[in-house]
Amino acid sequence: MTDTRHPMTGNEMSYYAEGGIERHRYDVVVVGAGGAGLRAAIAAHEAGAETAIVCKSLLGKAHTVMAEGGIAAAMGNRWLEDNWEVHFRDTMRGGKMLNHWRMAQLHAQEAPERVLELEDWGALFDRTEDGLISQRDFGGHKYARLAHVGDRTGLEMIRTLQQRAVQVGIDVFMECTVTDLLKDDAGALSGVFGYWRETGRFVTIEAPAVVLATGGIGKSFKVTSNSWEYTGDGHALALRAGASLINMEFVQFHPTGMVWPPSVKGLLVTESVRGDGGVLKNSEGKRFMFDYIPDFFRAETADTEEEADRWYDDKKNNRRPPELLPRDEVARAINSEIKAGRGSPHGGIYLDIASRRDPDFIRKRLPSMYHQFKELADVDITQEPMEIGPTCHYVMGGIEVDPDTELSSVTGLYAVGECSGGMHGSNRLGGNSLSDLLVFGRRAGEAAAAYVAGLAQRPAVTDESVRAGEWSALTPFQVEGGDNPYTIQQELQQTMNDLVGIIRTAEELTQALVRIEELKERAQRMSVEGHRQYNPGWHLALDLRNMLVVSESIAKAALARRESRGGHTRDDYPKTDPEWGTKNLVVRLDDAGTGVTLAEQPLPEMPDDLLRHFQ
Amino acid sequence: MATTDHGVTSPTRARIDVRTLRQDRWWLSPLTTFVVFTAFVVYATLRAFMGRDYYATPYLSPFYSPCLGDCVEGASDFGQPFAWWPLSAALIILIFPLGFRMTCYYYRKAYYRAFWLSPPACGVAEPHGSYSGETRFPLILQNVHRWFWYAAVLVGLVLTFDTVLAFRPMPAEYAVGDGETSGVHMGLGTLLMIVNIAFIWLYTLSCHSCRHIVGGRLRHFSRHPVRYRLWTWVSRLNESHGRWAWYSLFSVAIVDLYIYLLATGTIQDVRFF
Amino acid sequence: MAYDLKLRVWRGDRDGGDLQDYTVEVSEGEVVLDALHRLQATQTGDLAIRWNCKAGKCGSCSAEVNGRPRLMCMTRLSDFEPEETITVTPMRTFPVIRDLVTDVSFNYRKARELPYAELGPRDADGKRRMMQVDVERGQEFRKCIECFLCQDVCHVVRDHEDNKQHFAGPRFFIRYAELDMHPLDTHDRRKLAQEAAGLGMCNITKCCTEVCPEGIHITDNAIIPMKERVVDRKYDPLVWLGNKIGIRNKDNEGRAEV
Repeated sequence: MTDTRHPMTGNEMSYYAEGGIERHRYDVVVVGAGGAGLRAAIAAHEAGAETAIVCKSLLGKAHTVMAEGGIAAAMGNRWLEDNWEVHFRDTMRGGKMLNHWRMAQLHAQEAPERVLELEDWGALFDRTEDGLISQRDFGGHKYARLAHVGDRTGLEMIRTLQQRAVQVGIDVFMECTVTDLLKDDAGALSGVFGYWRETGRFVTIEAPAVVLATGGIGKSFKVTSNSWEYTGDGHALALRAGASLINMEFVQFHPTGMVWPPSVKGLLVTESVRGDGGVLKNSEGKRFMFDYIPDFFRAETADTEEEADRWYDDKKNNRRPPELLPRDEVARAINSEIKAGRGSPHGGIYLDIASRRDPDFIRKRLPSMYHQFKELADVDITQEPMEIGPTCHYVMGGIEVDPDTELSSVTGLYAVGECSGGMHGSNRLGGNSLSDLLVFGRRAGEAAAAYVAGLAQRPAVTDESVRAGEWSALTPFQVEGGDNPYTIQQELQQTMNDLVGIIRTAEELTQALVRIEELKERAQRMSVEGHRQYNPGWHLALDLRNMLVVSESIAKAALARRESRGGHTRDDYPKTDPEWGTKNLVVRLDDAGTGVTLAEQPLPEMPDDLLRHFQ
Repeated sequence: MATTDHGVTSPTRARIDVRTLRQDRWWLSPLTTFVVFTAFVVYATLRAFMGRDYYATPYLSPFYSPCLGDCVEGASDFGQPFAWWPLSAALIILIFPLGFRMTCYYYRKAYYRAFWLSPPACGVAEPHGSYSGETRFPLILQNVHRWFWYAAVLVGLVLTFDTVLAFRPMPAEYAVGDGETSGVHMGLGTLLMIVNIAFIWLYTLSCHSCRHIVGGRLRHFSRHPVRYRLWTWVSRLNESHGRWAWYSLFSVAIVDLYIYLLATGTIQDVRFF
Repeated sequence: MAYDLKLRVWRGDRDGGDLQDYTVEVSEGEVVLDALHRLQATQTGDLAIRWNCKAGKCGSCSAEVNGRPRLMCMTRLSDFEPEETITVTPMRTFPVIRDLVTDVSFNYRKARELPYAELGPRDADGKRRMMQVDVERGQEFRKCIECFLCQDVCHVVRDHEDNKQHFAGPRFFIRYAELDMHPLDTHDRRKLAQEAAGLGMCNITKCCTEVCPEGIHITDNAIIPMKERVVDRKYDPLVWLGNKIGIRNKDNEGRAEV
């Protein structure tokens, strides 16, 4: 290739090459170009660091575009009573008190300013009558708090950040996958190793600071709202680099995913449908959520349909409808109804807004949902109820980081967004993820830039580490007659869905771990056809390693936690156990580097001035 | 075919030899447009140059209104300032509606596709080797559309006046009953003119330039509530601008044809009262 | 109801390629992308497809189905007869990389040349105020998922490679319109839109609007209003005269030409 600029990005491809591998040098490399990655990159750039973003897809396609409902931020535009302390309390209670208190605090305090910043950069949020940013109701939030744009808030957010990143001139390595983190001999991070998806060529980027913002792990499950990119890359990269994961047993199943047609099973149906008046009904037409109100939330939840319906217009004198309980509660309730045989023909239950709001309102407030059902399922949601069921949506667990800087236990390695852990405890409230991306994205970017600025000497990229990365990436081509990666992926997804899903038992989890071991064995002998240029089979083979180690982490942690809490429900231990409420489970790579080990760790202690919110 | 290797067959693109893989009848729409527009142009040209049979009491053909040349008796409601004009009176004023339609955003789309094949249909390669859009003379003149719109509003007012006049009592020889003429008259011609003027106004008011002028140019609708209302209203009409363009094209031709047939004595006006 | 679907898929790269025939089993409710995924998983492991969300939200899986620019994830098989052969090719306006994947860097280059939002200072309480009616027009354009189908279908660049240099394309005209209609933005970009972005190249034949999967009225609500705004600035003697004698559209006050 004589052209030295990359055709996709215009990046210089052969900055200088050693051993045929393209090399670049930056201060901060951000892996992932969703909301968190872009915000981190902007912050690092503004702090003066030479910054690059590496992402698996084209810029602007990251999973953040799928976020629908809104960004939770206590701006008080709708309810003057709302402030960061209320938001903090809602977040902690939603996470069943397992959240890192400091992260929840920073998140609640800084979210409003982060939202206003988006507006400075050109975002056009829906407005209140006074011209302020409108805020909508969502499950688990005491006040209407979600800044939104119809039901496509994620798109607005990523486009705004993308345009900002392009404006300030950040380099973007598009369709480039990072397969390894490189470290120097002292154990400090020195860069990343990866390949261009388009050409299959390898690339090394030297950088003392790497911010992981790779998102979640949903693709390990069969029914999921997540896109193909969600293969737990950041989780796995961090593990292999020596960092620890926390809270991996907590996986959020969104209560409302599409169940039909089969090709879109799992596709998200936004919580805004319920926030805007939609209700859940079983095949008998019963609004069943009133039967599933847990004691923990009884005081603040309406117990009659009349009160629940009044709440939409008069929030002061009425309690919230049970449809707007946190997601874990609603998902479990739906699951029970389906199991009890009161499900819909395609194995879901009904989400009905058609009989409760007029068509114009629905089309205006929920345009994407209207479009999605019309186009994909031939269902007019202004006329008929939707059929929905739980879908794997979000992993609360992730890389364990310092709350203020998002630094992991590896020097120079930062993590933000879904691939980091702690912020959401055992269950994330809707709307808290977009604000999480912004708040901690910025913090990580600034911390990473400051770390690099203070370095006397940059950690060196060693030739061995680059060669090791190359060798391991090419392994799938060296095997002939082995398993097809698509087959292994399908079996893994089925295993996770059936055995590590929404309701878990010790027996099934043990069985899952056995199967994962088998799949790990087979993955050693995967083979792919074709060559390195834009070869999805090869890409999957590399991603699959990450999915396997992440799945193992989830199953192991789920087996160890013998209680039910938030996104982790054990049929054999259905009660929440106060004893377990004092500790986190931490996962690390084992000494052989082929599996993971588990340890308990006490929860960080909340200071008294915050503790008073819960007494 | 001209040098299509500037386009879908240029060297970096996926090598596919046909200029389109569309399997539907994509050629139907441009062909229809071509046939109908051509027919209209031929008819309108003939009628415009004819210089006669454009007035049959009390109807004046829209092709000749306002009749400012040396027109037949009763046709000139605005005087005859161009009485010296040697050619057909239609040629004096027809430039305005014609210019309005030629520069209209909808007609541009229609004739660029049907006559220029630029492009003939979406995803079908055009035959031209180079293309400069509306950046150069003469097509840069398309930007004067709003001037023709101002003129079209005036023409619309005149045609409205003509339609009112179409209710005039008929001369005695056409009177019904015992020879008295009623205070008003309505015939099939009146009805056609009403329909026509309705379409003309729908077409004129749904114009993109109109939409811009009444409110589209504003950045703050909230500070101009009346203009915002107007804009909303015009926007709704504008969605069907293409439809009004076709309907008014037909209605103008039909009114003219009807008057021609009356004026030549081929048919008699159908009177309602 | 499962049946065997006949597919013709373009396979190849920049050096050449052709349409190849496949038969793949599909079932009710599936879309073109499902059929291709099954093909990939069972017969052609290295078939290159670009896709992400499979829900019509990210705009990655743009291609041409039976010659029409479409999102593969939103093209339902039930729109075709079961015995019909469906032809899928990469977008024909952009350089091909491999199979159905094209090099869309043209669009990212154009994005870099684009102006950005430049708002004035916030209100005294640190917030901004904009009325819903004032942001609605811009919001329509911000629904854009950047699938680039409008760029693909636009004959200005589809049929004339040489125009790519001076023509930003429909996707970016809506960005110009969005900024020009932003109630708080401080720049006047009409000159840029006309000169740098090549707005005059557009002959409003509306294919961009026809293919937009988000149903954005690209031509009527963005391109034509932008053309009219350019006319305001350049071709309208009344506006010019008004400016000379001091009658100005106060609505545009505080904006600086860039």
